[in-house]
Amino acid sequence: MQLSINPWVWIGVFFTFSVLSFLYKDNPFYKLAEHVTVGVSIGYGAVIIYSNSFLPRFYDPVFHQGRFELIIPAILGLMMILRIVPKYSWLSRYAICFSVGAGSGMAIPRSMQASVLRQLEATMLDLSFSSGQGINNIIIFVGVLVVLIYFFFSKEHKGVFGGVAKIGIWFLMIGFGATFGYTVMARLSLFIGRVLFILQEFLGIGLAG
Amino acid sequence: MIQIDRRIIYLIIALSMVLPFFFQMGLPIPITKEVKDIYDYIETLTPDDVVILSGDFTPSVSPELSPMFEALFRHCLKKNVKVIAMSLFIQGPGLLAPIIQEVATDYQKVNGVDYAFMPWVVGWHIVVINMMEDITRAFPTDYYGTNISELPIFQGIHNYEDYDLVVSFTGSSAYSTWLVYGHEPYGVTLATGVTAVSAADLYPYIQSGQFIGMLGGLKGAAEYETLIDEKRMATMGMEAQNWAHVVIILFIIIGNIGYLAMGKKR
Repeated sequence: MQLSINPWVWIGVFFTFSVLSFLYKDNPFYKLAEHVTVGVSIGYGAVIIYSNSFLPRFYDPVFHQGRFELIIPAILGLMMILRIVPKYSWLSRYAICFSVGAGSGMAIPRSMQASVLRQLEATMLDLSFSSGQGINNIIIFVGVLVVLIYFFFSKEHKGVFGGVAKIGIWFLMIGFGATFGYTVMARLSLFIGRVLFILQEFLGIGLAG
Repeated sequence: MIQIDRRIIYLIIALSMVLPFFFQMGLPIPITKEVKDIYDYIETLTPDDVVILSGDFTPSVSPELSPMFEALFRHCLKKNVKVIAMSLFIQGPGLLAPIIQEVATDYQKVNGVDYAFMPWVVGWHIVVINMMEDITRAFPTDYYGTNISELPIFQGIHNYEDYDLVVSFTGSSAYSTWLVYGHEPYGVTLATGVTAVSAADLYPYIQSGQFIGMLGGLKGAAEYETLIDEKRMATMGMEAQNWAHVVIILFIIIGNIGYLAMGKKR
């Protein structure tokens, strides 16, 4: 065991315990950690955007290479910022219109293809009881069908239709259960990351893999 | 029993996660098909092939995703496959830099020759589309400021036709950016490493064949470490993870027994 002499590691440990102290109850150390996180994130982001985006993508091309066409998107960007000035906030709508129009044009057809059509295609399977894969395919086919029926709200969930919708709920519950299990695993993993940081980097304990 | 203070539960779970680091039992880590498929795919690649590893994450999910990135980066360098490391997230390159440096040193690989490291560039989908069309348009320089046309690794790497696999490591919907703007229009082969929270959402895309495989949470990373025989952070963490799960299951059982007992009393 060899205690770290790196001040950044000590700061890391301090903020780790400050955040974890919230599990006991809300306190000033937790609040401090929360505010420092927000401040550092914004500061870091501003510096990176300035050096990786503003300088090489706007300032240098416009002022050193004479690419004056880049002034047009820059003006749109400035119009977006005008949302914070009540008198001129209406100007931001033009920039938002452009952004929404271009974004939708790019995203809608491709998302339809990736998330709807390809998923529909993936339910058109070889259904049979003769192999394990065939039985899996039947479960997928039935699962998709009954869950979609559950989300059909234009007909009252009664009788045979209600019964099928109820099977849809069971499928959804199995899905939620899997998500819950994975979520528990995710939260524990984050804590494991902090434990490893304290044991290895702060306390200098060598752990065997 | 049912009114047990939640802080006592936190303490017991914390102990169940710290103690296994000192008393490792070497519990087995079974390999799932989704992880094995990625490993097998990389095994088929040759030194002429190119893998893009995109660490699309922030520090908040780094304990889950960094070990995955490291495991795949190690596997690719071991196989002498060319790697382009990048991130769609602003904090990403800062998190990846020490991993890249350490792994490259371990395998004695040279930046710009065996692998390349890209800086953060604004605009998720714009970056992906530009990369598919012409990588120099997306990244004129690498992370260290060198013009990428001067880097030997980029001789022969121009657009989507030259990428043999893209792996996005993410705790958000960044995998869908690669899916919608990379895989669907250009047919680039995709795999992903996601936080455990997102893992359940990915199975439909694996079943449809849009992703060749997935690493889900710390378990996925540990499986990959097992496959490449490099037992590191994720493998160490799995022991703690397993014991914490046992304790949580016990608490759920105890809580339900208490609840039933209370109901009978009423």
